Amino acid sequence: MDNKIDRRQFLKLSGLGGVVFASGLSGWANAAKKSEQDEFYFVQLSDTHWGFNGPKVNPDAANTLKKAVAAVNALEQAPDFVVFTGDLTHTTDDPKLRRARMAEFRDIVSALKVKEVRFMPGEHDAALDRGEAYQEFFGKLNYTFDHKGVHFIVLDNVSDPGASLGEAQLAWLKQDLKQMRRDAPIVVLTHRPLFDLYPQWDWATRDGAAAIKLLMPYKNVTVFYGHIHQEHHHQTGHIAHHAAQSLIFPLPAPGSVPKRAPLPWDAEQPYKGIGFRSVEADVKDAYYKIAELPVPKG
Amino acid sequence: MRHGSLRCSLNVAVMACFLAITASQAMADDETVIHITAKKFEYSLRTLTLKKGVPVVIEVTALDRVHGFNLPDFGVRTDVLPGKVTRIRFTPDKTGEFVFFCDVFCGDGHEQMSGVLTVKD
Repeated sequence: MDNKIDRRQFLKLSGLGGVVFASGLSGWANAAKKSEQDEFYFVQLSDTHWGFNGPKVNPDAANTLKKAVAAVNALEQAPDFVVFTGDLTHTTDDPKLRRARMAEFRDIVSALKVKEVRFMPGEHDAALDRGEAYQEFFGKLNYTFDHKGVHFIVLDNVSDPGASLGEAQLAWLKQDLKQMRRDAPIVVLTHRPLFDLYPQWDWATRDGAAAIKLLMPYKNVTVFYGHIHQEHHHQTGHIAHHAAQSLIFPLPAPGSVPKRAPLPWDAEQPYKGIGFRSVEADVKDAYYKIAELPVPKG
Repeated sequence: MRHGSLRCSLNVAVMACFLAITASQAMADDETVIHITAKKFEYSLRTLTLKKGVPVVIEVTALDRVHGFNLPDFGVRTDVLPGKVTRIRFTPDKTGEFVFFCDVFCGDGHEQMSGVLTVKD
């Protein structure tokens, strides 16, 4: 079986349809020359908020994550890996309940038929206990991994309740980047936006500018994040930032309404604004093709 | 003569100090002082109204745990600690409605912990 993904067939393969967004420098012009090793795809799931209860914004909250897992498993071609970009669980003051939600979440996503699942915390998972429970279930708060020539950096901008990366992590990032070629393909995965998307709604990272400054000398950097519960694309210089939809409820566009309250469930269009994405990577060109995919209503 | 000169210098210093304190007091008298308490998941005042160009001191303290007070349109933010009064001093230089909010994650309901500052001419 030929595992190479034909980009033109990608949405057909996914079987779900969706909106496609392309991000990168050089495009797909040389697609025919690429080898299998130069391409892969992963799936980003975000802001699942397991444990959330709010019938007005998601009356199907108890099933949404399970449906998303089923949708990923239904993809005709399994992704190389799945990444959850934070807020796996909905916050609670009760440490026992927090751990129970994390255990339930872990059980549900263990049904994913993929080789690898990567996690990172959101503030709902980690801000109240500085990531103590999260680390018991999902491991380190920040780390790196490499996949087919792409260097992935997972940054934690949530376990500090004040939403800072902190001096120690910035020093760690600086040290990690030192080993990279200036043209190496780098993907940053994080929860909150690293740039000031809309500070009036706290959609920012307090010292995110310091991380962007460290990343700026590298030519091929792309950031995937969550937190804002909607698709959003932004450039800081040559660095692209792509926010993912939530898997629990959508939030309004930045600054579009006075309050950042969840958008109500639309019975006429259930699951509107809720979904996940696939990211198809062209390693040589550091080019990413993003398809926004819905959660099946059934 | 030397004693007289020293006394004169002291008098000048005391006078200068007095004038400085008076000036400082006069400036403080012009300031609007607002007291706010913070607790999960609300501020005691959800709306504030200020006058453009008039200096303000917001005195804020937390009743339960650490919170934040962030007013990004005026570049103002601070941690708000329980049992301690934190003073934020600034002069509103533009009119309109501006959001202030807690930026230290405090639990389920944190996202709703906000208020609106109105600045008028």
